[in-house]
Amino acid sequence: MRKGSRPPSPGAPSPAAQRDSTLKIAIVDESPIRAAILADGLREAGFTQVERIAETHNLLARIYALDPDVILIDLESPSRDMLEQMFQMSRVVKRPVAMFVDQSDSASIQAAVDAGVSAYIVDGLKKERVTSILDLCISRFNAFSRLQTELEHAKGALEERKIIDRAKGILMKAKQLTEEEAYALLRKTAMNENKKIVDIAQSVITAAELFK
Amino acid sequence: MSENKLRIGYIPLVDAAALVVAVDCGFAAAEGLDIELVREVSWSNVRDKLNIGLFDAAHLLSPMAIASSLGIGHVRIPVIAPFNLGLNGNAITVSPRLHAALAKLADGDLTDPAVSARALMRVVEAGKAGGAEPLTFGMTFPFSNHNYQLRFWMAAGGIDPDEDVRLVVLPPPYMVESLASGHVDGFCVGAPWNSVAVEAGVGRILHFGSEIMAQVSEKVLAVRTQWAADRPETLSKLIRALARAAEFVADLSNRDVVSIRVAQRIEVDSDLVARTLAGHLRIAPDGTTRNDPRYIRIGGAGANRPDPVQAAWLYAQIARWGQAPLTPELHGTAQSVFRRDLYDAALGAPPATSRNGPSDGIGAFAGPDFVPDDISGHLAAWHIMRSGRPRLSIVR
Repeated sequence: MRKGSRPPSPGAPSPAAQRDSTLKIAIVDESPIRAAILADGLREAGFTQVERIAETHNLLARIYALDPDVILIDLESPSRDMLEQMFQMSRVVKRPVAMFVDQSDSASIQAAVDAGVSAYIVDGLKKERVTSILDLCISRFNAFSRLQTELEHAKGALEERKIIDRAKGILMKAKQLTEEEAYALLRKTAMNENKKIVDIAQSVITAAELFK
Repeated sequence: MSENKLRIGYIPLVDAAALVVAVDCGFAAAEGLDIELVREVSWSNVRDKLNIGLFDAAHLLSPMAIASSLGIGHVRIPVIAPFNLGLNGNAITVSPRLHAALAKLADGDLTDPAVSARALMRVVEAGKAGGAEPLTFGMTFPFSNHNYQLRFWMAAGGIDPDEDVRLVVLPPPYMVESLASGHVDGFCVGAPWNSVAVEAGVGRILHFGSEIMAQVSEKVLAVRTQWAADRPETLSKLIRALARAAEFVADLSNRDVVSIRVAQRIEVDSDLVARTLAGHLRIAPDGTTRNDPRYIRIGGAGANRPDPVQAAWLYAQIARWGQAPLTPELHGTAQSVFRRDLYDAALGAPPATSRNGPSDGIGAFAGPDFVPDDISGHLAAWHIMRSGRPRLSIVR
């Protein structure tokens, strides 16, 4: 049975996406986790030819060998300026490359820059074929930074708990308090001084260090 | 209030000094401006963020401001340059191996760029005869003096930079490593990266950019044309703050504090910044130094006033290397990027006698004097140029 003649099964990519599985996509991202998240998303959407380029030194040589239709690059990568060079190469790159921008659509450029990603396409590739890739890319990048923020938040919360636990321990020992009493004391002091409990806890620890 | 809050993008280089000092030494605040300096990793990012309004203004490669306004290499984004942040400041650094090869084939003093260019031509010819891979040189962006200075120098020695060598874009932080690993044989980059290569023992500074061209606009403050039209008062304040800051940088008695502030922002040793600003650099791992007060100019003696001759010169390089055709329309657009009128409006026109420097305003080491009104006549003096698209290469 020929590949294209199969009827679409539930959950399978739409015929349009199947057609676009021929698009070769290169991801230039210094974060392997984010690149993996993005590659997964693209594969789920039916783009099967996705490859991450991790090395930056021979970036253009890798791109030349891969000959992708679309290149996605994170804006934190200094290598981006190397890609701009491809706009100027008429001989060395097999197909000329252009930045994916649509002058009439500054909102999409803004969304991409806000998310921290930029896209380059082979010149002449229809913009519509790439829009869904860029949209997916933007949403995955945003999801990744949300995850990162949450992770940092969680780490921060854990740190705070540790500080408060240490302060409680110091108070329990020094003032013969139960754990609840120690926490209540910290909370009351924080309220009286209009500060956060973790700040009071930190000063208890600092003071205890000084009195050692 | 928000009228005076600005976000300005910059790349961590010594020629961001006027911006850094304006913000960190109180000159911006004295004008009532609250500026956030945002460090960026690529010129492409700076351009895009300026374009969509994430930045109000930016530290930008002077040729890039012109390229943006011409719409070459990217969508057209009309920007203007009402303030020149720096003249000169680049250098050409080569690997010790290439330096030895040049020294062997030189017909005179290698510190003379005419001699070194001829020597490079001989190295290239010897390489071709021996079937060696062509030499590879790094530079920072297609629209940069780094690209044009390398090309000008090589072409003066008879080398076709698109045929005889490979020119590749490399982000400045990768330059030193690429030289050490042999990915490139040399590069042209701004401060502090040449010195970093020398300190690391992997490169020798062959020429200061100022030896190739005595005076060339390296970085400008760029704002969108529309932004300048919408916020003329804010722009005037910004120009004044930068002018005072640049004057402060140029005053030798402030060298210590300036070096410390700049070093903090760009994260290099403050002694290195001080030596860079003085134009007194170690050029070889053995400790040899070279001194040129023109090496980098942040302020003083008209350095900040946009110069139409510079705009014409940069457009001439863009045309010479086939990045854009040579037409009166494009020439006019390129000239209109450098807005001397806005600079003068903010600061008052300087006395007519204040012009100094090379007689044609550029002072290139080879070729006839530059005539801004006759770019095609000037370019006709050169055999080596490119009529089609320039052909940059891949670093392998």
